[in-house]
Formats: sequence, C-alpha cells, structure tokens
Amino acid sequence: MSRTGVFICHCGTNIAAVVDIAKVVEKAKSMPNVVYVEDNKYTCSEPGQQAIKDAIVKHKLDRIVIGSCSPRMHEPTFRKMLASTEINPYMLEIANLREQCSWVHTDREKATDKAIDLVRMAVAKVAKNHALFTSSIPVTKRALVVGGGIAGIQAALDIADAGYPVTLVEREPSLGGKMVMLDKTFPTMDCSACICTPKMVDAGQHPNITVMTSCEVEKVSGYIGNFEVTIRQKATYVDHSVCTGCGICELKCPSKVTSEFEQGMAQRRAIYKPFPQAVPAKPVIDAANCRKLNGKAKCGICQTQCPQGCINFEDEDKLITNTYGAIVIATGYELIDWKSIYGEYGGGQYPDVINGLQFERLVNASGPTEGHILRPSDGKEPKSVVIVKCVGSRDPNKGKGYCSRACCMYAAKHAHQVLEKIDNAQCYVFYIDVRTAGKAYEEFYTRTLEDGAIYVRGRVSKIYEEDGKLICKGEDTLSGQTVSVAADMVVLETAMVPAAGVEKVATLMTISRDNDNWLQEAHPKLRPVETHTAGVFLAGVCQGPKDIPDTVAQASASAAKVCGIFSKAELQTNPMISKVDIEKCSGCGDCAGICPYKAISMQDMEFIEHGKKITRRVSTVNSGLCQGCGACVAGCRPGAIDLLGFTNAQILEEVDALCL
Amino acid sequence: MSVDVEKKNVDPNWEPKILSFSCNWCTYAGADLAGLNRMKYPENVRVIRVPCSGRVNPQFVLRAFQKGSDGVLVCGCHPGDCHYVTGNYFTRRRFLLMQRFLEYNGIDPRRFQARWISGAEAGKFRDTVTKVSNDIKALGPNKKFQESWYKERGESNE
Ligand SMILES: Cc1cc2nc3c(=O)[nH]c(=O)nc-3n(C[C@H](O)[C@H](O)[C@H](O)COP(=O)(O)OP(=O)(O)OC[C@H]3O[C@@H](n4cnc5c(N)ncnc54)[C@H](O)[C@@H]3O)c2cc1C
Repeated sequence: MSRTGVFICHCGTNIAAVVDIAKVVEKAKSMPNVVYVEDNKYTCSEPGQQAIKDAIVKHKLDRIVIGSCSPRMHEPTFRKMLASTEINPYMLEIANLREQCSWVHTDREKATDKAIDLVRMAVAKVAKNHALFTSSIPVTKRALVVGGGIAGIQAALDIADAGYPVTLVEREPSLGGKMVMLDKTFPTMDCSACICTPKMVDAGQHPNITVMTSCEVEKVSGYIGNFEVTIRQKATYVDHSVCTGCGICELKCPSKVTSEFEQGMAQRRAIYKPFPQAVPAKPVIDAANCRKLNGKAKCGICQTQCPQGCINFEDEDKLITNTYGAIVIATGYELIDWKSIYGEYGGGQYPDVINGLQFERLVNASGPTEGHILRPSDGKEPKSVVIVKCVGSRDPNKGKGYCSRACCMYAAKHAHQVLEKIDNAQCYVFYIDVRTAGKAYEEFYTRTLEDGAIYVRGRVSKIYEEDGKLICKGEDTLSGQTVSVAADMVVLETAMVPAAGVEKVATLMTISRDNDNWLQEAHPKLRPVETHTAGVFLAGVCQGPKDIPDTVAQASASAAKVCGIFSKAELQTNPMISKVDIEKCSGCGDCAGICPYKAISMQDMEFIEHGKKITRRVSTVNSGLCQGCGACVAGCRPGAIDLLGFTNAQILEEVDALCL
Repeated sequence: MSVDVEKKNVDPNWEPKILSFSCNWCTYAGADLAGLNRMKYPENVRVIRVPCSGRVNPQFVLRAFQKGSDGVLVCGCHPGDCHYVTGNYFTRRRFLLMQRFLEYNGIDPRRFQARWISGAEAGKFRDTVTKVSNDIKALGPNKKFQESWYKERGESNE
C-alpha cells in the first residue's frame, strides 16, 4: 500500500476565494491511499515547503499530491524540494486548482466539485508513479545565433567573450540589421553607425565568432546540448577567402538596381556591398539582376576586372552541417507594408509620403542625400513636414492591434531632426497617445515640444495631393475640430511586424508564435528569453516590438542563458522518456518510424525460448535522443512501449478517477 | 445521425462530464493563460495533461466513454507547430479513425472532438471549451455505451 500525502494550497485568496478548501481537504481524506491531508496558505513558500518535508517524515509518506497553481509554474520547485527528502522527485503530482479552476470559475459549489475531481485524479495517478532518475549527456559548447542585427551581434559577442565558439548566421550579405540603417538613436542622439559598426567589426574579427552571411538555417534536429543544424550558404559568386574588398568590381558593374539598404531611394550594382561599412566588407552578386547570371548578356566585366580572380560564376549553394549546444534566435522585424492597406494615404502613389526607415536614410550623412532632408520627388527641401504615428499599429481593423513601442520615441526624434536641420520648418505630429516610458524618454519628448513640434491628437483620415502640397486631413480630438495641414512631405511611422520567413524558423526550432506571429517566450514574466524548446532562446524584436536598449538587454540575457548551459560539462536528461518492454515487443519497427527524433532503433537480441536460444529483433530507445512525446506509445500495437511519467496505467487511473 | 441520442428523461440540472486531453506545450499552456486572464468557461470540463496530443492512446478515449464520460476533447498544438515536430499529425489521423470507430460502436461521433489551440490562444481555449460543453449538453447523457458495458461485463471486469 502506498502512503499518499495531499497538500492543498490557498494561494493567499487566489484559490481559497472560489474553492471551499475545507471541503476539498475533507473529501481528500477519504480518497484511496491517502494517509495525510493538510492545507496551507502558500505551499510554495519556505514554511509551506517545510511543512511538506515535515509531514513526509512524520507520516512516512512515499508520494505526494499538491493542489495549487499550474504544474507548469511550480512542478520544478516542488521536485527540487523533494530532492532533499526521502521521496523521489517524480513521486509528485500537481492538481491545477488555480489557473484551471479558481481563476476561471465563479460558482463556488461547482468550482469546489471540480477541485475535488482534480485532486482525486492526481491522487489516482500518483498511486501509479515510479521513482525516476536522470542521466546525463555531454554538451557541445558551441552556440548558433540566427539573425545578425544588433540583437544577434550582442548575443554572439557576449557568448564569445565568455570563451565559447559562436556561429552567427545572417541571411543578408552583411551584419547590422535595421540599426545600422538608422541615423541617430534616441534618447541620447548618438550616431547609430558610430555605435553599431564597431560592434559589427568586433563580431567579424572575434576569434570565437564565425560570421556566416548570405546564409539561412535549413534543417535542425537533436536537442539541447546537441542540436544538429544544417546551414545553407547561398551562392555569392565571389570567393571571400581571396577577395580583398577593393571594390573595383562594383565600380565597373553595368547593371544598376534599386538599393534595399537605402530603402529604394538610391541605386546599387548587381555586384555589391549593401553599404560601405558592411561586415564582411566584401561584395556578393545578386544573381537575379546580374546580366551574366540571368542570361541577358555575356558581360562578365567584374570577372575580367577583379585583380584577385575571385569571381566564380559557377558558384552554387552549399550545405554545411555542424553541432551546437544552444541556439539564439534574433531574426528581428520589418515594417508593415502600409501601401497595401492604407489606400487613404495614397497607397504609395505619392513619392513624398515615406516611412520611418526611409526618413532615417534621408537624414543620414551616408544616405542618398548626404544627410539633407530632401523630398524624394523633386529633391527640394520640405518646409512643412507631417509625421503620422500608429500607422498599422493600434489599428486592429486595418493593421495590428498592438503598440509598436519604439515609434513614439523615434517620431519625436524625427520631429526634432526636421526642426534642427531645416530652417523655418514646421513639423506636425499626429498621434493617439504619446508613450515615453523609459529612462530619459519623457525628457526627450518634452525637448521636442520645446523645439517647436506641434502635436495634434488624432488620426489622419486622408492624404491627397492639391497644388503640389500633400493635404493631411484629420481630427484634433482634443478640440473636436477637423484639421487640415498642407505638407511638403509626410512620414508614416509604421508598425513593426516579424521578419519574413519567421514561420520557417519557428517550425524548424519547434517554437510557437503568438497571434501576431511574434515568437513566443516560455513565460511572459519569468522566462522572457527562453522558449518552450529547451536550449533555444530569443533576443530582440523577433519576440515583440522593442527599442535598442531593450533589444540589447534581452540579447545579453539570452547569452547568459547559453553560457549557463555551457558552464556544465554535462546536462541532466529528462527521465520522462519512453521505455520498451522487450518481452512484449514484436519487432515490427513502427515506433522507429513514428519517432521524430530518430531515438528508436531496432536491434537483434538473444532470448531463451522453450530452452532454445533464439535471436529476435526488438526496439531500443536512446535516452539522450528521446524527448518524451509518447507518439511511439500510442502507436505500439502490442503495447510494449510506455512513457515514464505518463504511463498508460497512470493516465487510465486519471480517466477512471474522473468518470467515477 | 443514427446513434445514441436518448434525451427522454434528462434531469434539467444535469451537467455533462467532459474530459479533455491537452498537450503540455500548447493547449495546456493556453488553458493556463485563460486562467491568468481570468476568462470564464463551464466547470464541467476536466483537463488531463499529456506531453503531446500524439500521446493519447485510442484506449484512453474508449475507456472514458466506457466509464461514463459524456464527451472527450483532444487538444494539441496547431498542425506544423507541434512541440515534438509531428505528434499532432498522428493525432489528426487517429482522430478521424476514432470518430468512425465510435460511430460504428453506437456513440455519436460529435461526442469526440479534436482542436488545435496554441499556448497563446487563451480566448480560443475558452471558446472551444464553452462550445464543446454546450454541444455535449445538447446531446444529453452518454448512456448507451456505458450501460451496455456494465451490463455485459460488470464493473470490476475490464
Ligand atoms: C524608423 C525607425 C527608427 C528607429 N529608431 C530607433 C532609435 O532611435 N533608438 C532605438 O533604441 N531604437 C530605434 N528603432 C528600433 C530598432 O530598429 C530596433 O530595436 C532594433 O534594430 C532591433 O534589432 P534586432 O536585432 O532585434 O532586429 P533587426 O535589426 O531587424 O535584425 C534582424 C536581423 O536578422 C536577419 N534575419 C531575419 N530573418 C532571418 C533568417 N531567417 N535567417 C537569418 N537571418 C535573418 C535580418 O536580415 C536582420 O539582419 C527604430 C526603428 C525604426 C523602424
């Protein structure tokens, strides 16, 4: 007979306010195998845990049930507590009385009945629990960082500085992401390039960092400590091991293409470096636009001009596979395609209605206008500039419901730059709210008001052209009057959305996305950089809109998590894995086919049957590879495989206890 | 449908017993999030946590119906988003097969449902549970299978 102890938590009033704890305790006393029941104000607290430890000794308990918050919250806490007792940490079941009972119900009687059922299920299950023991696996102390924006760069540098090798994968030809496109950065107005490019160079030259640009992750298998990752190195047609980055090829290339880096406001060549400070400082060929490669002409000028002979038109994509102990995802964002959803703003027909990143390039000294704010249409200096905030954000009908978080601040920055750079300029900012939570942020906004920016509270309903002016019509919701501003240029501060292709990254790493496609952290408060896939972490805007300070903080946080894993020689494995009963196994091999981790293999084993030695094929589970999903268990016809911790017997007990 | 609905003398206060197998990574997390957001849904659904919807043996579903459950709901991550890569694809195939099998055995297949609810979809969890609960309520108690089971074999004989 097992001796089960039941501990019911009030969680302050979180559970006790809705569930009649005394009644649950009373009912629990008569449940099978229960020898002791107790309730507690806060079971997770130090005295709460001590009470359990004392009860274990006093009442000779050999397994326990805790009725408290979700097991996703405190199962690790209570397992850790049990490790210091006589009871194995896996002789524990938790009844979720908070998240799935008291918080979602109001009817006291029905909630109490449900709580009793949940406790009964846990009591029934725990009776079938077995002691489980962790084993250990070696850790490959090499990290993979996906995305080479400031988030990825910072994470890579921190891990590399701690002494571990890092591979930094970026799909574009250079590191830098969006930050390197920006001109100045709020709230200090330091030049973005001056603080971003040195970090790019550091990453490029760091002995522990391998930068892989023009690369994407193709395949991921394995698990924390040992992910096997295949990376696709896209053909660049330039041998970077020989190229000195002299730039002659770029000068000679005859095909001109609009520059992505300059946000379509300047041109580049088909063989190009995205921008002068690119890391690596070596060009690639854009095959779609290269006359030789797209077959439109013979060309090949770059090849004849290159003094190093590093142009190779026969270059092909390469697949490179390596093992990594941990992965940081830092794939960032892009701006929402406002043209397709805001027809009332001209839908892109007016060249002087631009987005925030285009404005950043216009004020940037290394941009297409050498830092003079000039209208894209005619190169004239705009005297009246309208800035519209929340385009595509906080607009669930047309765009996204969320706040894009950095725009209030960079809108203030843009207004400040207009007023600073253009004599006698007027700058209007249409806004819904001004959100400046951040160190020195409110002061920055106030300064912009002092500079003379005119803030109008309301959305712009329409933008149209009249007599060479862009008429912005909107409502000033503070005065209740409609306003109309004749502008020379309009800057739309548009919503950040996840980088294209984020779905593929999420699927490869089996991490989830939220309703807006941002990558989902494991817990919004307590595990902000972890994902539900052990060993995979998030950094920067890929997790949700944020500015550079927050991005960098998150990147360093994920680096610290990675270093934490690497600080151990071995990792403890999850003991809740599949186990084969070789006596029952028929050797059909279905399980091996079902397993997504290739953790099951078939082996010939010798048995004695009727006094004769025979060889039979049976399946075996690799405890390092098995992740404990249980798909093989449900697929096993003779019922020879079971999942420890979630055995057939345990789950059937729960079903029976509920259907009583 | 030609199956079990026998709604004659149903007690108006009758509450169905509904069992939901929810995967730890998506739906169970979504259910926890519903709690965190203090969303409200009917009390008559009880969740059994499983690592993956693919862990759900058809046997569990049968047992639930045999023992008197009025409805069973299996929930997992969205197809393509399975924490274990492919688990929910197995669930999807097994589910269709199971529904047919249950119907063949005289159980209204509407009593057995599968849904994909992610860890972020607290609202979807609430709505799904509420809808399934209302639907099962409308179907009435699942008497047939349960009674015949007990009559033929006796409770202790499984
Ligand atoms: C107009 C504007 C002005 C701003 N001004 C400021 C400011 O003044 N101050 C401030 O603090 N913040 C500002 N921000 C916010 C700032 O841009 C972001 O906080 C920051 O750049 C986020 O960095 P990141 O590395 O997370 O993302 P990103 O910079 O987007 O970097 C992501 C990188 O990952 C790469 N990538 C994407 N997908 C893949 C893939 N599948 N495989 C490989 N690589 C991939 C991308 O090519 C990119 O290089 C501004 C934003 C905008 C739009």
